[in-house]
Amino acid sequence: MALSKTEVLAGLAEIVNDETGIATEAVQLDKSFTDDLDIDSISMMTIVVNAEDKFGVKIPDEEVKNLITVDDAVSFITNAQ
Amino acid sequence: MSQPILNQYTPVKFSRIYSLGAARGDLTVTNDDIAGPIDSSDEWIRQRTGIITRKRASENLSLMDMAVSASQQAIKNAGIDASEIGAVLFSTITHPHQTPSAAALLADKIGANPAPAFDISAACAGYCYGIAQADALVRSGMAKYVLVVGGEKLSDFIDPTDRTISFLLGDGAGAAIVGPSDSPGISPTVWGSDGSHWDAVGMTASLLELRDGTATWPTLRQEGLTVFKWAVWEMVKVAKKALEVAGITADDLSALVTHQANIRIIDELAKQLAVPEHVVIARDIVYTGNTSAASVPLAMHALLESGEVKSGGLALEIGFGAGLAFGAQVVVLP
Repeated sequence: MALSKTEVLAGLAEIVNDETGIATEAVQLDKSFTDDLDIDSISMMTIVVNAEDKFGVKIPDEEVKNLITVDDAVSFITNAQ
Repeated sequence: MSQPILNQYTPVKFSRIYSLGAARGDLTVTNDDIAGPIDSSDEWIRQRTGIITRKRASENLSLMDMAVSASQQAIKNAGIDASEIGAVLFSTITHPHQTPSAAALLADKIGANPAPAFDISAACAGYCYGIAQADALVRSGMAKYVLVVGGEKLSDFIDPTDRTISFLLGDGAGAAIVGPSDSPGISPTVWGSDGSHWDAVGMTASLLELRDGTATWPTLRQEGLTVFKWAVWEMVKVAKKALEVAGITADDLSALVTHQANIRIIDELAKQLAVPEHVVIARDIVYTGNTSAASVPLAMHALLESGEVKSGGLALEIGFGAGLAFGAQVVVLP
């Protein structure tokens, strides 16, 4: 069954926390991965691969650069389920 | 009249790496030295690559000079005579001549003439490709001893303004002597290629484009994130397969010696592979940089020289890079 945006956000926050140590509650929809959460491109790719695994979706490499905010990622994953 | 029976090579059962040799560039290049043209900083480079300094060769130190030096060390350490070498395999992407091969010249310079000699073009997987072929040549009986060299002078093919790969790169050569053994010393190799990502790492232009004036001097560049993803998650599968076909588990390893591409790749690969704490993870990249085909033998040599690992232990070595090409095997440390 497809997860809701809230559930995807919670799961994504856990992945971000595991990769970077950033508190899960800091991972909010309006946050920018780069500017607000200070996540570099290599960590972002790790997060993407772990998200693919966790949510059973495919996030193409060329799509990663378009995932600017947490909302971008959550929306992409929610729609791709 | 009956047809005569042909002679064929008489195989030997096992092979092993007898010795290693190493040569690094004579210059120590700091992050501050190269940060300007890429609008970067020491901190940024350290954080994203793990590199503090990289070794590069001065104008007077050629790829061949480093290969000869590393080879002579390996031959001496093996306790053999160069004339006993039955094949010379030189893995490199920076030999500046399309032909003849670097290997033929190297063979002559070290006293292995007239051994068969050829270059291997498998970039950062080249050394592991070489060990695979040396293992086969020795066990088949075609050669008693094989010299395998991974060597690069990558600084001849970099663009100081390139933010994708140039700032990672260093120069050096690593050499190994492979020969017959009483016990298994080199596991089956897991190797392959994926040309569907042929463009992911490579040169900015071809020599024909250079000739026609449509391109400037070709330099190295990569699609960093695509390569990172492949180098970690695909290579984890290759590493696991290499352990499986070797008949061991990660618990049995003394060392993990990956291609020294980027510390983030090395660390993530080790994490995904769940190597136990007692396994020493080679991090030669920190002070040598990424030396492509030379990085695996240089890193292994450094671990042995420092005493972090001991002769006789097992090491998983894995090379991966342009092609895309990959190769992995478990070896008994020389």
